[in-house]
Amino acid sequence: MPTEFTPLMSLAGGALIGLAAVALMATHGRIAGITGVLGAFLPGSGESDWGWRAAFLIGMVAAPAVMMVLTGSMPQIEVPVSTTALVIGGFLVGIGATYGSGCTSGHGVCGISRLSPRSIVATLSFMATGGMTVFLVRHVFGG
Amino acid sequence: MRFVSALVIGLVFGLGIMLSGMANPAKVLNFFDIAGTWDPSLAFVMGGALVVTAIGYRLVFRSAQPMFAPRFLVPTRKDIDVKLVGGSAVFGIGWGLSGFCPGGLVPALGIGDSAPWIAFAAIVAGMMAARVLSSLQARQKLAPGE
Repeated sequence: MPTEFTPLMSLAGGALIGLAAVALMATHGRIAGITGVLGAFLPGSGESDWGWRAAFLIGMVAAPAVMMVLTGSMPQIEVPVSTTALVIGGFLVGIGATYGSGCTSGHGVCGISRLSPRSIVATLSFMATGGMTVFLVRHVFGG
Repeated sequence: MRFVSALVIGLVFGLGIMLSGMANPAKVLNFFDIAGTWDPSLAFVMGGALVVTAIGYRLVFRSAQPMFAPRFLVPTRKDIDVKLVGGSAVFGIGWGLSGFCPGGLVPALGIGDSAPWIAFAAIVAGMMAARVLSSLQARQKLAPGE
């Protein structure tokens, strides 16, 4: 299923993501890594500073509703995979991002912009396997 | 103020994710599908985010401390280990299967469809499984005679 190429919208969205990452560092002194924020709520995380994390997550979840108020329509997404792929894929995302200490936001944005060698290696690793997985699913096993 | 600022920053982050297309699995998977229905949009997301963050962090780190916290908490590890590379590789496989990464998924929860919530439950289950596995491994290392 083709999707429309949206360079300006994506650039603007990326800039907002960056702005939020910078603002979180300036105010709370924290990396805007969503795996880390979510992980702090799980038992055994050793974290107890939940207030700002909960507020941050609530703000994120509220974004589509705010867009609906501003534009008059709820933003739509398309999920071109089966429920099985969502469940297996999601499970692997959870395991992998925990073992790898981060995901696209923590490593890909916050880490690379600090030129962290760990984040550069992690991002190369998940981009490579993400690409390979989509290639195998769509072109080898036929999606 | 701590709470309100985090709420507003989360909202800006979420709006950025929604506008950029990162919350839309169809777009994410097409970014990876260079051999098929390629959509290079997400390169612009990364580009925009990285330029703003790289410049912004430099300005922020000129201050002695953040506004509402005693110090900046930034990861300092530099070692590249199997956990980092292997974990990230597994994350990439899951991202390629589902089209959702944690940052893209959380704002999508607010749309109200069931698919993001299914993926969210699976991600939380995966995070819990990783926690249990790590603590088992840590216990094994501490066990006498090992």
